[in-house]
Amino acid sequence: MRKTPFFSRQLALCESMHWKSWAGAYAVASYLIHCDAEYHAIRHAAGLLDVSPLFKYRLRGPDAASCLARIMVRDIQRLPVGRVAYCCWCDDRGKVIDDGTVMRRGEDDFFITSADPCFSWFSRFVGNQRVVLEDVTERIAALAIQGPYSRAVLQEVCDADLSGLRFFRTTEGCVAGARVWISRTGYTGDLGYEIWMDDTHALAVWDALMAAGEAYALRPAGLDALDMCRIESGLILKDVDYYNALHALVDHRKSSPFELSLGWTVELDREQFCGQTALQREKTHGAPWSLVGLDIDWEETERLYARYGLPPEVPTEAWRTSVPLYRDRDRQCQIGYATSGTWSPILKKNIALATVRTGYARPGTQTRIEMTVEHTRHVVAATICAPRFFNPKRKTAVQGREE
Amino acid sequence: MKHYDAIIVGAGHNGLICAAYLARAGRRVLVLERRHVLGGAAVSEELYPNFTFSVASYVVSLFRPHIIRELELARHGYRVIPMDCSFQPLPNGDSLARWANKDRSRREIQRFSRKDAEVYPEFSRVMTRLGQLAKRIIDRPAPAIGSLRVRDVLSSLRFARQFHALGPDLFHVNLKLLTLSAADFLDLWFESDVFKGPLSASGIIGTFKGVRSPGTAYVLLHHYMGEIDGVFRSWGFAQGGTGSVSLACARAARSFGATIRTDAPVASVNVRRGRAIGVCLESGEEISADLVVSNLDPRQTLLGLVGEEHLDNDTARLVKRYKFRGSSGKVNLALDAVPEFACRPGSGDHIRGDIAIAPDVDYLERAYDEAKYGAFSRRPFINAVIPSLTDPTVAPPGKHILSCFVQYAPYHLREGAEDWPRQREAFGNAVIDTLEEYIPNIRDLILFKQVLTPWDLEKQFGLSEGNIFHGELSLEQLLFQRPAPGLAHYRTPVHNLWMCGSGTHPGGGIMGSSGERAAKTILDTKIRT
Repeated sequence: MRKTPFFSRQLALCESMHWKSWAGAYAVASYLIHCDAEYHAIRHAAGLLDVSPLFKYRLRGPDAASCLARIMVRDIQRLPVGRVAYCCWCDDRGKVIDDGTVMRRGEDDFFITSADPCFSWFSRFVGNQRVVLEDVTERIAALAIQGPYSRAVLQEVCDADLSGLRFFRTTEGCVAGARVWISRTGYTGDLGYEIWMDDTHALAVWDALMAAGEAYALRPAGLDALDMCRIESGLILKDVDYYNALHALVDHRKSSPFELSLGWTVELDREQFCGQTALQREKTHGAPWSLVGLDIDWEETERLYARYGLPPEVPTEAWRTSVPLYRDRDRQCQIGYATSGTWSPILKKNIALATVRTGYARPGTQTRIEMTVEHTRHVVAATICAPRFFNPKRKTAVQGREE
Repeated sequence: MKHYDAIIVGAGHNGLICAAYLARAGRRVLVLERRHVLGGAAVSEELYPNFTFSVASYVVSLFRPHIIRELELARHGYRVIPMDCSFQPLPNGDSLARWANKDRSRREIQRFSRKDAEVYPEFSRVMTRLGQLAKRIIDRPAPAIGSLRVRDVLSSLRFARQFHALGPDLFHVNLKLLTLSAADFLDLWFESDVFKGPLSASGIIGTFKGVRSPGTAYVLLHHYMGEIDGVFRSWGFAQGGTGSVSLACARAARSFGATIRTDAPVASVNVRRGRAIGVCLESGEEISADLVVSNLDPRQTLLGLVGEEHLDNDTARLVKRYKFRGSSGKVNLALDAVPEFACRPGSGDHIRGDIAIAPDVDYLERAYDEAKYGAFSRRPFINAVIPSLTDPTVAPPGKHILSCFVQYAPYHLREGAEDWPRQREAFGNAVIDTLEEYIPNIRDLILFKQVLTPWDLEKQFGLSEGNIFHGELSLEQLLFQRPAPGLAHYRTPVHNLWMCGSGTHPGGGIMGSSGERAAKTILDTKIRT
């Protein structure tokens, strides 16, 4: 297993010894036995996460923008320098391979993150264009600092003025004597930043943030807390909410951007890009499936548990198993499946992300979700809603911590 | 003259919840608050620049989840951060921490008693089952025992059936719980006096009784009724202090169309021919309404706002006999740095939950001994929290708040309650002296100190005799007897005057049930005007 540059610090702090493999690297699942303190730190103070295992690529050269524009469903040529774009990329049949961010650091200098290794896929588009594609996954370390106080903590150790850094913008700066670049991005749906640095500076940056964070109740946070946050924010996860089209064993496991509620990232009316024709067709005819949010009825859950003399139980961490969704109480007509869910402590709701037939995707539609209580399967009511359950103003606000 | 469907006197959390439910049902509601801030005893105030104190009530746990859902309080800013640990420093340099994780707790407890460590989960199981029962009772109107109306008889039967459903074993435990002292009840399970210290202290909070006084056991249940996010363990901090819970209730009430006025002290409820017809403010302004709901305690409501001349003798006597006997105070400190405990230094998770200065059962009983004879405890029980370690909104970076609930501070001093202003400083010093035994440099850290005696609680928050629960939560003052037989069910002898404060069923803590149940009872009742 690979050790990220922050491994030694994390090892000292990881009381639970609860680790996961993230792309073959050691990643803390939760520092404490329960992840709820880490979750609350992200939502009420600040959380510090090692996101180094993300795959990272640099694409440079005079043709870099046009090359990327052919890969991505978004028109990267129009992305101004200093900005970041969230995108996905598709195969020829318009099915999503992966999603990630594209950062334009210079006119001809792009930085791309992805969940799966994509060097080979990106290379196919390089051809004889004047670009250099470089895999910097193991050379660039990355930290995410997320939460309402993330700006305050980062500003204490960073010379760049963060008050002017808007959502999905990037800037260079100096932290603990190290040159880093900072993007106002993250996977929590909250105010937050990601810090990208050469791995030789990693520990100095970690130490500086941890020291400055003490006065702001910052906690190092693991993947379990992150999972709760990303579900609350309706952010999808590869291999959980969808499959990489290149790895899916059967066609029905593949999804288009429209089916993943990423239709807003698709820019069709431009030079040719991979999957364009299929996406054009799907846009015209409509996608058969839709990714939605689910609000699982609590009163009904409570009544169901009461039948067994039990208090209702909420999952103590996010779950990621496929759970059937029905149109009716008798479970005669299945209309889709939930792919991941969590109890949301901040919304006081039992929520999930689900894929349903588009005819049932309208917010407010009543469905039934399977729930097992005391070894017996039941269904409880769940209402379809937009997947972005939690979306505080501070996430995109120019200054301040207001929600 | 302005006219409303309902006027709520007092914007405590119960008053605001009552207002929200009434407004949600389409009623035109006006809330009148005497102070400049909302929340009553669930209030956040910036007493010292950039430090936000939960001045009185300081932790949240019992708040009923269905109220959060029905009033959409999460959307209105209800945020509670759960605590993971209960920490008990000991004078001999040792300490005991209980955690949400039961194995972690077991390993701590077994240093004091291996048996207790293993019995603790069994005890928790029994208490959780009984807590479930208690919650069902809280979420319903109190049964009208003694009434022969069909509806009341049925409600009494339902009430009795809840106990029957416990089964014989739990039923007997429940009887013991209702009658024994906290210390005796815990003796049925545990042997370590150290371990029993803070557990038994839960039985005396807010009452003028000792851990060895009969009837204190059932208050232990409150610690097994707490519910945050469906997890039956948690106490938590409201982000931004307890006042933010009240503010969320206020926002909900406003979203349904209620009007809330601060700095609007009510002088009296206007009564004509035995009916409440509105209120008169201290400013002389009169506002009329079909009904008036008081969030004040029963004494302030009936003897204060209404006046004895509108009550019959029996009612006046009942209200006068209703026991308050406030027994606790608050010391709020702004600190320059993290207070470190000599027995377990550092700013780790052990001090991010609640901290109990309750070394053993005898310590608590001795503290009560002094109070019995009209003096505050020289070495009191202290329940302290440092919310700023979890919630950075309440203090500047690196600075902290230490909020101490202190018992005993009897309202009725030997020298008389009015002697409290003279003894306030000494009381504050007794608390600091006690803390200093565990946090040696505490005096050097203090930037600001607020000492609230029961006298101050009465004057500042309108809590009669400084009782934090609007009247003692003792068995004879509960359920259909809260506040008194014939005065229960939120009604008063004055038509169209209702009560929704903690002095009504179920009362106590930031639960919201009194406000909710009062509103629902009002909405179920045909109003005669």
